[in-house]
Amino acid sequence: MEVALNWYLGLSAILFSIGTLGVLFKRNAIVLLMSVELMLNAVNLTLVALSQSMGDPDGQLLVFFTIAVAAAEAAVGLAIVIAIFRRKLTVDITEINLFKF
Amino acid sequence: MSHDLLVRLILLLPLTGAVLLGVLPLFMPALRKRESLIGTIGTSMVVIPFAITVYLFASYGGDPVTVNYFTWMQAGDLTLDFAYRIDELSLIMTLIVTGVGGVIHLYSTGYMHGDSGYWRFFAYLNLFIFAMLNLVLANNLAVLFLGWEGVGLCSYLLIGYWYTDLENSAAANKAFIVNRIGDFAFLMAMFLIFSELGSLSFDVLLSDAASVLSTDTINYIVLLLFIGATGKSAQIPLFVWLPDAMAGPTPVSALIHAATMVTSGLYLLARMSPIVLETEIVMAIIAITGALTAIMAATIAITQNDIKKVLAYSTVSQLGYMFMAAGVGAFFVAIFHVLTHAFFKACLFLGSGSVIHSMEHVEHDLEHEGEDVSDFDPQDMRTMGNLQKYMPSTGWTYFIATLAISGIPLLAGFFSKDEILFKAFEYGYDGNTYAWFVWVVGIVTAALTAFYMTRSYYLTFMGEERWPMADKIHPHESSWRMTVPLWILAAGSVLTGFLGLPAVIAHGEWNWIHHYLGADYGGPVAEASVAGHVSLPIEWALIGLSSVIAVGVFFYARNVYLSQGIAFDESLKARFGGLYELWENKYRWDDFYNNVVVEALINQISRDGLAPFDSKIVDGAVNGIASATQESSSLLRRIQTGVVQNYALALVFGVVLVIGLMLFGG
Repeated sequence: MEVALNWYLGLSAILFSIGTLGVLFKRNAIVLLMSVELMLNAVNLTLVALSQSMGDPDGQLLVFFTIAVAAAEAAVGLAIVIAIFRRKLTVDITEINLFKF
Repeated sequence: MSHDLLVRLILLLPLTGAVLLGVLPLFMPALRKRESLIGTIGTSMVVIPFAITVYLFASYGGDPVTVNYFTWMQAGDLTLDFAYRIDELSLIMTLIVTGVGGVIHLYSTGYMHGDSGYWRFFAYLNLFIFAMLNLVLANNLAVLFLGWEGVGLCSYLLIGYWYTDLENSAAANKAFIVNRIGDFAFLMAMFLIFSELGSLSFDVLLSDAASVLSTDTINYIVLLLFIGATGKSAQIPLFVWLPDAMAGPTPVSALIHAATMVTSGLYLLARMSPIVLETEIVMAIIAITGALTAIMAATIAITQNDIKKVLAYSTVSQLGYMFMAAGVGAFFVAIFHVLTHAFFKACLFLGSGSVIHSMEHVEHDLEHEGEDVSDFDPQDMRTMGNLQKYMPSTGWTYFIATLAISGIPLLAGFFSKDEILFKAFEYGYDGNTYAWFVWVVGIVTAALTAFYMTRSYYLTFMGEERWPMADKIHPHESSWRMTVPLWILAAGSVLTGFLGLPAVIAHGEWNWIHHYLGADYGGPVAEASVAGHVSLPIEWALIGLSSVIAVGVFFYARNVYLSQGIAFDESLKARFGGLYELWENKYRWDDFYNNVVVEALINQISRDGLAPFDSKIVDGAVNGIASATQESSSLLRRIQTGVVQNYALALVFGVVLVIGLMLFGG
């Protein structure tokens, strides 16, 4: 059966919201990164769905970029988290408040 | 050589000397002790310009030479050139400044021997000469003002040379601050001139001013210039700095008093003489101020016991004479008196320095003998006496200069002072009533001058020795570095008078200074034209009168001080009573300034009027802005948690808000 476009968009909105809530309220830096991944993938899903529905491959092209950037972001982000963990022995971001005035 | 290069050298040599002596020893402490090197550099940086000036003077053709270095500033209508000018007036002034200044430098090499700041002293002296040369060689008022302020600064540095002494620093401050009052008026005059004429250059100023400006404007300009001059040239009411300036080393007193700074006010008037002559009212003010200053300072000088204070008040008095000459329109005579005065006053000051020097040795010897010297003042004439016996060179030169300033016939001071009195008489004869007042005051002051100077000589150099243990301890003549300058200056005190022989003797032909400076002969210095000439017998009578007064008072003072010594001052005191006390207390000018100006006006106004305004309104505004910033920032600071999630939350709210607005905001 044909899945309507709105279903895709709905799922994407739900995934994005879960990701956003995760970023806003989780304390664990790893989970924070995972939440960011979730938000990115929600956007990817929207792009692919719209690309399919409009018969335009540009959206799918954008997804490749997103995946590449997300990979880079994960690498840098994890590296920072590891570096901080070595120094402070925690990944709880409320403990990592070096920039606080 | 070209004039351009020569003028450059005249100005740059003293400046180079000042920089060399002022900067190098800072980094090379070993140089500070090399007195002969420092003295040679310092002296030659003034003597070489003197030689150059002599050459310029000899080769001067009669046409003013303008040397333009560069455009100093250009803004709107204002164009100021860094330009210098050689003409008769600036040449004479430069000769005085570098000539007498050079002699004083030579003297200082001996006088300052052993002083820890030898290098600093010579750096200041050279800087002083540089500033003064700027003043007299300038071709516009702005460059002149540069030199004007320069001598003010250097006088501050030199008067306060022994700066660890609080009294000396106070004297330096006083000289500087009092001069600032005059400088303010000078600045106002410059602004007025520029706004009216659009130029500060002498060429424009002196040729156009009289025809372009209204009488009122000229009155204001000349009055402001004169107020400026009263500061530098120590006239009522701004003379109070000058007696205090004795705090500096004696050669400084000689330099400031005889050759440089105090003559600058008069030089300014002489330079501006074409417009000064346009204003009768201000000329009367100038002449009367000069006359009052002359007699006031002369009466104070009679009561002084400090040898340098006598000379200081004498300078104020003689400057009064010069202003009298300017006020009756005889500017070339004023400059003539500047010239003769430079010699005999420098000679007197340096002589007093020589005396003080040897009295300090007496003090030292007394201390060595175990005597209590805490009350001993090496400048007090009451502890001197009979020094002629021990220091013949100093004594003779001091005597010659005393005769010269007293107006004994055929010496320099006689010719210049008599010429001033004659001009005043002539001007009065011509219908200017104020000139009679000037003349009478001038005659009385001449008598007072002869009296206090003779008193100073006989108390110091004759009579009995009055210092303790006089039979055992003797003062000594100073070194050649100090006596040679004295003899040079004494020679000048005798000879310079012949540069301005009175018309009656020379039939108007031999008055060199008149021919050289006077506008009638193409010189730069204007003079008042006098319609009704005084007849020859009256001229002879006037000369006779001043000769009789000078000689008579000289012998009278000589006799009383030889026979009675310092005791005669007591009988003077008894005879004049309250008046004498007033003289002794210097007419209470300083008390007046302290009570009225400093205490009542400045302290009251600033304490009760301006201080609350300052602390409440000005400070309030500044502090208010600062605390408002602090308050508001402490509010904003709470938002900056440093937690990324908080920022992200704000971002999300913002996005939701923007989307909401796009969807429903229409």
